[in-house]
Amino acid sequence: MASQKSESATVLPGHVVRSRGRDHTRTGHFTPLIYAILVIGACLSLGPFIFMIMTSLKSYGSLINNNFWPWPPLGTEALQWQNYPRAIVEVGWDSQWGTWLFFRYAANSILVAGAVVCGVLLTSSLAAYAFAQIDLPGKNVLFLFVLATIMVPSDLVLVPKVVLMYELGWYNTYAALIVPFLDSVFGIFLLRQFFQQVPRDLFDAAMLDGAGHVRYLRSVMLPLSSPAVITLALFTFIWSWDEFKWPLLVTRDSNMRVLGVGLQQFMAGEGGNSAHLLMALATIVVIPVLAFYVVTQKHFTEAIITSGIKA
Amino acid sequence: MKRVGPARRARRRREIALGYAFLAPAFVLLLVFEFFPIFYGLYISSCDWRLRCVSFVGLRNYVQALNDPAAWHSLLITATYAFISIPIQLVLGLFIAHLLFQKIRGRPVFRLIYFLPYITSSVAAASIWGYLYSPDQGPINAIMGVVGLQPLRWLGEPRGIFTLIASDFGMDLPSWASGPSLALLALIIFTTWVFTGYSITIFLAGLANIPKELNEAARVDGASGWQVFRLITLPLLSPTTYFLLVFTIIGTFKEFNHVYVLTQGGPGDSTMTAGIYIFNQLYSLNRYGYSAALSFLLFFVILVLTVLQNRFVGRRVVYG
Repeated sequence: MASQKSESATVLPGHVVRSRGRDHTRTGHFTPLIYAILVIGACLSLGPFIFMIMTSLKSYGSLINNNFWPWPPLGTEALQWQNYPRAIVEVGWDSQWGTWLFFRYAANSILVAGAVVCGVLLTSSLAAYAFAQIDLPGKNVLFLFVLATIMVPSDLVLVPKVVLMYELGWYNTYAALIVPFLDSVFGIFLLRQFFQQVPRDLFDAAMLDGAGHVRYLRSVMLPLSSPAVITLALFTFIWSWDEFKWPLLVTRDSNMRVLGVGLQQFMAGEGGNSAHLLMALATIVVIPVLAFYVVTQKHFTEAIITSGIKA
Repeated sequence: MKRVGPARRARRRREIALGYAFLAPAFVLLLVFEFFPIFYGLYISSCDWRLRCVSFVGLRNYVQALNDPAAWHSLLITATYAFISIPIQLVLGLFIAHLLFQKIRGRPVFRLIYFLPYITSSVAAASIWGYLYSPDQGPINAIMGVVGLQPLRWLGEPRGIFTLIASDFGMDLPSWASGPSLALLALIIFTTWVFTGYSITIFLAGLANIPKELNEAARVDGASGWQVFRLITLPLLSPTTYFLLVFTIIGTFKEFNHVYVLTQGGPGDSTMTAGIYIFNQLYSLNRYGYSAALSFLLFFVILVLTVLQNRFVGRRVVYG
């Protein structure tokens, strides 16, 4: 290959870079190839989403005839926006709230995720504050205990937790979906880390001004740690939104389902043979989260990198 | 010792009380929903459990699990799944991260796009791929038809991939040589799509931590791009790689949502991973004690794997 031959050295001000054929970092020799690979990868990443949206706008006829592009200019079909309301109707009616079941699923998901995020922020910031700022007897032992629970994988205690829900009388209630998730060891760690970095002088100054711990936490610590707070809120939200196994286990009635369970049940039932409707529902579920991610992505990637979290 | 006034002592007492009050909510929740269930689970696993402990059976559930061919099979499926998908995820992740790390335009956009599958809700992602793979209406078979390939049954195909390839040439393979089922391979392709973005993100962070001077010094000494990558980047990246390896192994052994929604373990038991097998014992068969025992055994397997990795791989990590 000609490109592997040694080429003349490129001299830049300040430093010398000897460029050789394989040196794609600097010469830009392989740059078109790099872009080509990256673009192919990006297409593979995005492809399924594009198919999802395209299919959600096809008629049933075009779907079963495998018509790739039934719309103008190649075809005559109009965009089938009515698939969306039809899919929602197809999922069913919730007589308890007098609304379409799919809206009930969405409301359940929002309610659960919202409550869990608020609860986690509250319990984690209180505990993290006590660990970071208050001189408590036995604090280190308690912190070790928190450390230890991080090693308990959630699946290990799945059965006893389900049994516990039955015994508390929480089966098929919002309490079962929310209460077990109101604390977060990750949250306590993360916030404690940030709280410890706040200079102690600030605390002394605040005390002189007559502020107490509660006020100091609320108006100094939390605002100063807002990156960590946002990270925690984002992660908790995404985790809660993606819950599937737990709601499947602890709810029975269709009107207690969250979006994930609702979508899976639709897929396993009526929706299995009408991919256009299933894709319409998937689009409704996916697009808000993706949009949310695109808006907050800077926080997100940073948070993933600093915490190394795998959801 | 400094003399402490009563007012000050009262204040200190109030502070301590407040501190414990701050810890209380998190601790009550941790105790009830994380700590207590471990022991409760051990208890349930030694019971014949039907709404309550009908009879105490000691280790019988564990013995039964060790003699359960289906449980071993599910472990084999899980190991196959992990063994194929983890190297793909890591190598592909490193490859793309390395490309993204070059001086290229639009890096943030690429990063964003590669990460989207990971952030998508798992059930929705699985429903999309269920459609992509569908034998009659799915785009994948349609594309294969355009290229002139035979359509495949993908997620509905329990036969091994080697058997399928061999049958194209009119050969019959013995069952031990059939390889992982096509359904499992289809799942692996799907989860590669989901998780590679995560590896890319972590590898990019690792690459950013490698001091640039080392790279440049090697260049000045005439090292080729490949040499720099192999002798500098790769060793200095090893803490990141190790971290990813540990997390991906734990992740694949626990993997549930994506697999369950797509195949529920089928067809037959060809994609029945340990996570799904344990879940089915609980959800479909109401065998609480048995399911709890299986969870503890799976946890033990993961623990052993992690310790082994620490012994044999962790030792070779270079902390630069």
